[in-house]
Amino acid sequence: MHHGSAAGIEAQEPMADEQGSQYLTFLLNGEQYGVSILRVQEIRAWEAATRVPNTPAHMCGVVNLRGNIVPVYDLRRWFGLAALEYTRETVVIIVRTGSSADARSMGLVVESVSDVLALQDEQIGPTPRFDHSVPTQYLQGLATLEHGMLMLLDLDALARSNSDEGEPEAASPRA
Amino acid sequence: MHIDMAQFHQVFFEESFDGLDAIESGLLDFTPGEPDPEAINAIFRAAHSIKGGAGTFGFSRISDFTHLMETLLGEVREGKRRLDEEASNVLLASVDVLREMLTAARDGAEPDAPRIDAQREALAQILDGAVSSHGAPDPEPILAGPPLAQASAEQVPSGETPGWKIGFRPHRHLFRTGNDPLRIIRELGELGELEVVCDLGGLPALDALEPEDSHLAWNLVLHAAVPEEEVRDLFEWVEGDCDFSLQPLGEHSIPADPTEAGADPETGQHPVSQNDADTQGGREGRPQLKMLDRPPERRQDDDRRQEPERRRERAAGANPVGGNSIRVDTDKIDTLINMVGELVITQSMLGVLGEDFSMQKLARLKEGLAQLERHTRELQESVMRIRMLPISFTFSRFPRLVHDLGKQLGKRIELHMSGENTEVDKTVIEKIGDPLVHLIRNSIDHGIERPEERLAAGKPETGHVYLSAEHRAGNIMIEIRDDGRGLGRDRILQRARERGLVSAEDNLNDKQIYDLVFKPGFSTAEEVSDVSGRGVGMDVVQRNINELGGSIEIDSRPGQGTRFTIRLPLTLAILDGQAIRVGDETYIVPLVSIVESIQVEPDMLGQVAGKGETFRLRDEYLPIVRMHAVLDVPNPGKTQVEQGIVVVVESGGSRWGLFVDDLLGQQQVVIKSLEANYQRIAGISGATVLGDGSVALILDIPGITRLATQASHEHEPQISLSA
Repeated sequence: MHHGSAAGIEAQEPMADEQGSQYLTFLLNGEQYGVSILRVQEIRAWEAATRVPNTPAHMCGVVNLRGNIVPVYDLRRWFGLAALEYTRETVVIIVRTGSSADARSMGLVVESVSDVLALQDEQIGPTPRFDHSVPTQYLQGLATLEHGMLMLLDLDALARSNSDEGEPEAASPRA
Repeated sequence: MHIDMAQFHQVFFEESFDGLDAIESGLLDFTPGEPDPEAINAIFRAAHSIKGGAGTFGFSRISDFTHLMETLLGEVREGKRRLDEEASNVLLASVDVLREMLTAARDGAEPDAPRIDAQREALAQILDGAVSSHGAPDPEPILAGPPLAQASAEQVPSGETPGWKIGFRPHRHLFRTGNDPLRIIRELGELGELEVVCDLGGLPALDALEPEDSHLAWNLVLHAAVPEEEVRDLFEWVEGDCDFSLQPLGEHSIPADPTEAGADPETGQHPVSQNDADTQGGREGRPQLKMLDRPPERRQDDDRRQEPERRRERAAGANPVGGNSIRVDTDKIDTLINMVGELVITQSMLGVLGEDFSMQKLARLKEGLAQLERHTRELQESVMRIRMLPISFTFSRFPRLVHDLGKQLGKRIELHMSGENTEVDKTVIEKIGDPLVHLIRNSIDHGIERPEERLAAGKPETGHVYLSAEHRAGNIMIEIRDDGRGLGRDRILQRARERGLVSAEDNLNDKQIYDLVFKPGFSTAEEVSDVSGRGVGMDVVQRNINELGGSIEIDSRPGQGTRFTIRLPLTLAILDGQAIRVGDETYIVPLVSIVESIQVEPDMLGQVAGKGETFRLRDEYLPIVRMHAVLDVPNPGKTQVEQGIVVVVESGGSRWGLFVDDLLGQQQVVIKSLEANYQRIAGISGATVLGDGSVALILDIPGITRLATQASHEHEPQISLSA
């Protein structure tokens, strides 16, 4: 199984330090989450997305990203948290998922972006099974910080689950 | 220096597959009559390029295998062998095996070794066992076996010690062409015992030595009874980059005979036509080295033909492309460059105008903007044309298909193709292949009768299948026509009734009956045959064509044949759309699906079984699809049908009324894929970006009607939607 572990990303793009990577952190329901900075394409202010019919509620719709049609997801709804009104502070993080051959983009609506942190690999531990907002299958690890902990999202797992549950039709017919 | 060869692999595979197609179509072309030497040359060259490429990239299985094919083709080319049915069939089967090998190599899969070996065996048998598996020296069989023995006897030197004396003097730039003399010499060594004498005479003093230049020359003596061709082949890739001479061992002076030299440039029967006596011309005083200023004419001729190909290979190789590349005619690119030039001129003109603009210059501004618009449109059209490829990419596989199927079924069939140069979108090329294969299989399997049946019906023994493509009124029309027995009207009707597709009372005209074959679950084949009974019905054909935004029609005359007409949009990247409003959302309906848009009066509305809404349009009752329901719009605007607009669309032969809030405007929209970053959504074929930068979804009308039927079936199990 293809797991976008920190080491895996580093191997692909030797940009960060020898044993560490940088993470973009953001707030979701008062908890800190992070995604590898190498996966972040851009951060944009929220703007209305075009709703796509017959999709799950956490799928906000699609936006035009310089000519590409990119889906935007509301992470709060995705993880079953109460929906929040979108404000001026609401941001969309556009991230890249999948391997370089099959790269896709998606937007994640979060409450606010906080920081960019460099983490050493040894700071990242496995995800224990305890109660937090995000289903553990979407986490690739947990980092302990001075002021609490940081949950690292597994973007590929998010992308995968999305294409699993959202499939509206059987695969297209083949002759 | 390490070069990642993988980046060139794709080009190699692409060209090899092209080459295989060329071999295949060439073989099929001259099966009937006398072979055309130019066609054989083309086939031979294609095989040769594959072999060379495979060797370069280290696919030794492929190059070994191709070598056998090439040897056989070489004999045909030199007129030593007639391309009879047997040889042609073995070659065709070898093409298949080779294609599998290439596919396996490309995908990193394990090739089907037993099958390859079996095919090698077949090839070797045709070659009378003269060529063994690994190009290893073959002691005696070269002189045995009737057809090849003659062939080889002419080529293999007749001296007491069979072998060749080779002079090989690379030019200085040889390394820069990517060739390695050592590799060639090593390969020569595989042919037999090799004496190598290196001539260091060209070596400069150490301080003057340019390490990237080639300074060495070799005199080689090969003690092996191999044909001249085989030796020359090894030097094929360095031709023009070296001085090269070849002389049979034990014959020290064949007088150079100019008439003989020019006698038969195509076959090159004589081993060496020129030798040191007059070609060396005392230019370089190296007595032991036989040099040729120019290679024998045949080679030169060959080389000239191959040169553009190789150059293209290099050019393409220098610019590695992704998994989905396209080859574009340079003309198209030149047009594009010209247009960009025009655009730049217009832009700078407008820039100057804008620097100190005053109202007096308004006319010029307008003129400039009009120009800008025109150029932009032209540019758009030419960019679209880049995606267009001749449909021959798809058609080219059919001669083989027809040939094989005809043989398998014992039918005599001629395939006539026209309009192969009709350009269609690349996506069409990729997606239309399977439906066409299915239709042609159908024509051959069910349409064309057996020879005796045809004769009994007073028709010529040979059946004909016509495949044509043309541009017509902004569409591409593809027609598949046969002169077979036609569709069995009564059998279709009977089958449809058995399957419950129509009731016994339904009174259908011929066209409606023929259209029944497109219904899911319909197959008239009485016995499931290997040819067309693959569990795929005509409904899939129709669906695939619909997915491309096209339609298919059948026309058939009993005893005279059947005609399928496929209509496809010219380009898939742009469509003429009608913007509609549903609630507060905007969608695009492809204009091609729209029949008309009307405002419905209350007295036109009706209900079927209390649930299904219909309306009367002239003499027809059409189902109403409430778009806000199908699209699950959160804030539906109008809920009364008579307040909104009904857009009448046609899909799969039936008509529907889409109830929408409003019509917005017609516009050309550029189709963007939803799947690139997201996924397929039922009822949506894509998205586009509107003038204000927002995204609008493009409706897939067949999908919408399917959604609507599903939705109504959930409530009411059975609603007859036919009028």
